Amino acid sequence: MSQDVLFQLNGVSKSFVKGKEKISIFDDLNMTIERGDFLAIMGPSGSGKTTLLNMLGGVDQPSGGEIWFDGARIDSLSEGELTRWRAHNIGFIFQFYNLMPMLNAARNVELPLLLTKLSKTQRRANVETALTLVGLSDRAKHMPSEMSGGQQQRVAIARAIVSDPKLILCDEPTGDLDRETADEILEMLQLLNREHGKTIVMVTHDPAAARYASQTLYLDKGKFVQREVAA
Amino acid sequence: MNDLYLIYKNMTRKPLRLFLTCFAIFIAFLIFGAVTTLKSALDAGIDLAADNRLVVVNKINFTQPLPIAYAQKVAAVDGVENVTYANWFGGYYQEPRNQIVAMAVEPESWLQVYEREIVLSPERRAAWLGNRQGVIVGESLAQRLGWKIGDRVPVSSSIFSHKDGGHTWDFVVEGIFTGSDPQHDTNSMYLHFKYFMETQSFGGEWIGWITLTTADAAQNQRIADAIDDGFANSQAETDTSTEEAFSKAFIEQIGNIGLIIFGVVFMAFFTILILVGNTMALAVRERTGEIAVLKTLGFPAPRIFKMVLTESLLIALIGGLAGLGAAWLIIEGAKGTMAQFLPNLMLDSGIALQALLFMLLLGLITGLLPALNALRLNIVTAFNRG
Repeated sequence: MSQDVLFQLNGVSKSFVKGKEKISIFDDLNMTIERGDFLAIMGPSGSGKTTLLNMLGGVDQPSGGEIWFDGARIDSLSEGELTRWRAHNIGFIFQFYNLMPMLNAARNVELPLLLTKLSKTQRRANVETALTLVGLSDRAKHMPSEMSGGQQQRVAIARAIVSDPKLILCDEPTGDLDRETADEILEMLQLLNREHGKTIVMVTHDPAAARYASQTLYLDKGKFVQREVAA
Repeated sequence: MNDLYLIYKNMTRKPLRLFLTCFAIFIAFLIFGAVTTLKSALDAGIDLAADNRLVVVNKINFTQPLPIAYAQKVAAVDGVENVTYANWFGGYYQEPRNQIVAMAVEPESWLQVYEREIVLSPERRAAWLGNRQGVIVGESLAQRLGWKIGDRVPVSSSIFSHKDGGHTWDFVVEGIFTGSDPQHDTNSMYLHFKYFMETQSFGGEWIGWITLTTADAAQNQRIADAIDDGFANSQAETDTSTEEAFSKAFIEQIGNIGLIIFGVVFMAFFTILILVGNTMALAVRERTGEIAVLKTLGFPAPRIFKMVLTESLLIALIGGLAGLGAAWLIIEGAKGTMAQFLPNLMLDSGIALQALLFMLLLGLITGLLPALNALRLNIVTAFNRG
């Protein structure tokens, strides 16, 4: 595996049983994600986009095949090992932000750092840096209910990058936002990719959102049917 | 920020719900603390009863008298060591609400039989024995009424009348006694039986009950049977039992306190268990999405399990300790007025520890299922549900 390859999926399959029926989502899926990629995954509903994202994030396991991350196989890890792996390597951004409603912005951003051995002072400094990066340093003490959707998603981005993960996974990050705010968020993701070298995988329905990525993969019925590389 | 902060924020996110849940637990432990203390105070007499002391009362019931001649006959039974007798005086000081546990006793033998419960200096003992109008008063009673040695005290009886037509006797405080154990009741007063008999208007040579000690506690049953057999078919048949059984029977006149306590506490706990369990389950179910997010971010399942369980334990402890504290305040407040009836009324460390154990148990039981649900929560399922 090349030094530049961060993720590699070899012959991955995923199926589940519903009643007496076995439903296959993927069969023999192959994929490579290189460091510094900004990859958009598009496809119709039920094409397996979110399942793929879940497997990349280690929250779902494949039924067959191999998943390699940074030279190590992760599809055979136990649930506990995957949890630790996620904490160290992956940042998540959800469609509905998924912030803790009882914590202010700074505390929400600090959450992933509770899983590290950083001191209180170091944690505070990292939170401040992340919030500054997303342009919300003045909103640190605000509760999620006191912020707009765009601001909440920016807090979620700060939470995803605060522990400096190798990969950021975004599940429809602009699905709940208006066009203008969505563009702001996408520009921010692009900035994180271009200026800070973050590898990003984004699942989206929105072709306008996909245009911010460096390449777009189209998934249909569990297979990649098209690949577009941005000019 | 740490896990405890997260637990605190989760707990306080719905203050009204937290308050109502804690209040329900508060009530449960208030009841537990107060009722268990009451039972403990009632049982104190039973616990302190000497195992070689027997009490002989009228078989009809203990309010019926016995002829004084019975005391001598009892003393003659094989195995009986010391015999004394007493009569209830039914005393009060100045006003009927100032009740005094006062008994007319045969002084020398009484002091012999109750040598552990009545500790007097030799001088005071001699002074009391030498003055027929003299009384000895327990330390707590003397403190409560402000009596000192040498005081002349008028004590009235709600049962007997004086030969001169009144209901009041003039006594002289000749001694103030303590007990050899701090739990011994020192809220009583003893007067000379002979003086009482000579000055009361009812006449007759009757006594309320006989107390005796046996040389060997193992012989209690044989001696009790021998006494009761000896008075079978007489004008006043007897019922002899150990002091412990007598105290127990006396308390059980009020009702089976143990059963009442068990019933009340069980009902309260069961209701609260369902209530708190339901609240915790609801609270955790509401947070399904948030728990899924924590797991996605990399919080290990056992850590989330501990957080939910700790939250439940904290709620049980907050409500429980407040309830127990309130019970303590109530008992401390009631101590003064109840002292003459329940001298050992005290929420002691034993009861507090028992309550603490129940709090932990309540927290664990109500938190276990929601914590297990959080532990087993599948991230993908949780997000699909949300």
